[in-house]
Amino acid sequence: MPEALFLEMYRAMLLIRLFEEQARDLFMKNMMRGATHSYIGEEAIAVGVCAALDRADTITSTHRGHGHCLAKGGDPRQMMAELLGRATGYCKGKGGSMHIADLDLGILGANGIVGGGISLAAGAAFAAKYRGDGAVCACFFGDGAINQGSFHETANMAGLWKLPLIYVCERNLFAEFSYSDRYFADQDLTKRAIPFGFPGVEIDGNDVLAVYQAAQEAIARARRGEGPTLMVANSYRIMGHTIGDPLTYRVKGEVDQWQDSLHDPILRFRRYLLAEQGFSESRLAELESEVSTEIDAAVQFALGSPEPELFTLWEDVLGGNPDD
Amino acid sequence: MTERIIEFREALNEALHEEMERDASVFIMGIDVGQYGGVLKVSKGIYERFGPLRAVDTPISEEGFTGMGVGAALAGLRPVVELMYIDFSCLAMEPIINQAAKARYIFGGKANVPLVIRTQGGGGRGNAAQHSQSLEAVYAHIPGLIVVQPATPKDAKGLLKSAIRNDNPVIFIEHKLLYNTKGPVPEGEYLIPLGVADVKRPGSDVTIVASSRMVLFALNAAEKLAGEGIHAEVLDIRTLKPLDMETIGDSVRKTHRLVIVSEGARSGGFAAEVMARAYEEVFDYLDAPIVRVTAEDVPLPYNERLELAALPSEQKIIDAVHGLF
Repeated sequence: MPEALFLEMYRAMLLIRLFEEQARDLFMKNMMRGATHSYIGEEAIAVGVCAALDRADTITSTHRGHGHCLAKGGDPRQMMAELLGRATGYCKGKGGSMHIADLDLGILGANGIVGGGISLAAGAAFAAKYRGDGAVCACFFGDGAINQGSFHETANMAGLWKLPLIYVCERNLFAEFSYSDRYFADQDLTKRAIPFGFPGVEIDGNDVLAVYQAAQEAIARARRGEGPTLMVANSYRIMGHTIGDPLTYRVKGEVDQWQDSLHDPILRFRRYLLAEQGFSESRLAELESEVSTEIDAAVQFALGSPEPELFTLWEDVLGGNPDD
Repeated sequence: MTERIIEFREALNEALHEEMERDASVFIMGIDVGQYGGVLKVSKGIYERFGPLRAVDTPISEEGFTGMGVGAALAGLRPVVELMYIDFSCLAMEPIINQAAKARYIFGGKANVPLVIRTQGGGGRGNAAQHSQSLEAVYAHIPGLIVVQPATPKDAKGLLKSAIRNDNPVIFIEHKLLYNTKGPVPEGEYLIPLGVADVKRPGSDVTIVASSRMVLFALNAAEKLAGEGIHAEVLDIRTLKPLDMETIGDSVRKTHRLVIVSEGARSGGFAAEVMARAYEEVFDYLDAPIVRVTAEDVPLPYNERLELAALPSEQKIIDAVHGLF
């Protein structure tokens, strides 16, 4: 694996972490409206998968979507501006945290509905097959969403039609305000692929290289026309369902072990880069400083951006070229 | 332009054939739309002509395949998804209402969703409560959707072609008792624009606004009323959303009386919307209160006598008009 790719993965994970820390702080300072959902602790999944995708490939995301968007190349400045509801945001301030999309980058949107992106992903994969362009779609969703009908309905069709689709189930152990294992008739989620005739693989979702390798295999299979793969990526949702969640349902102290250097995906990868790949402490520190500067700039850009003009309220309900 | 007399379903079928010939990104998808030719036979011959990738037979998974339609539209294709009955669209409300209708707006105007959902609505055939609903008002309530209800074969074809070329999600509702109706349809290429009402019969004494099969009821009623010397103007709104209030307003300013016919249930129905808009915009021109003729507020019953009593009828329209004079 080229050195640049290691560094890019590390940079991307760090970018997500720092973005989410800033988003958390801004939310706690009442500078964001509504709700926001943090991807802290799950960075290796989005980064490992997206590192294996091409630009022409698509992704669908979730309510916990900042990480997917950044990993696929989303602009942190436009994202942060959107979180603050500014006119310069990805959605001109109309979408907020849960609706960021960048269609040019193949990001078909975060999604406010649990499981809402799953059928969209199957449609994007269908479009790729229809065009025969060799693209694939990576569909991110949580272990809460895997119980939705949209997963089972589209998994059947994706298996039936061998769609170039990668189901990435982020098993972060929580379904909203519950431990998700309370809701699985069988705890082995890889079995959810079996009835639909495609492989289900379980991976360490906090090991970015393991995710990357599994994603490469799934993507290659999809590009060969052999159909979907279900990746179940084990991880842990460090924050609550939303920022500000009192976490009364969670075992006390449990989160601590997931944040130590053996579990945290960024600390783990950093250790690996130093010990196994021979990167110097100063090289990584330099990168860390660059990412920190980039996120600070994104926050400054957002804070300095104007609110949307009132007339935009009525824009973009309908549009396009009706009679092209 | 030369015209032929063809069935409503044939007109729709021609629209599909023509648009699929014209644009390789158009495909149809739904339950039995391909090999079987559609339960309504609207997609007859499409599978044979365009093959399985463009005439996609789906499992009975309405949420799944409708959502796939939304995703395919976001990815640049032009899906025409058939939901066999509008009642089944309830299974697909998530992708329709939460995804398709909102994608353009919440993504800051950057997304096109060129999706058509063709579906069968309406009662009168004894299909009972889960296969007879008129849910157009539900979809017309949702910002971001266009809602179309053609009444004639000519309109059906021209509106469907426009819907397929439109970059927004369109709910295209076909009445189950219109498929076999016949009417003149021009030879060759034509479009009927979305969002434009049509004066189906000019008149001077009262405006009757209707859509879909209710237009035929209104025309029959107008014919009988003419025998009594009451000249009703029948407006076919064709597109419920966006609603062509200009044409409705122009007519009411001329006739000073308005009857609205809608097959949906009365409470919160589309007739209520037209009535409210008319009171807001042309109140000063009215010589009588606006009256609506709608279905009763009941699930549609199976028994013919009960069902007919629940639905609007020609006679109910005539009675409503009589009440205005």
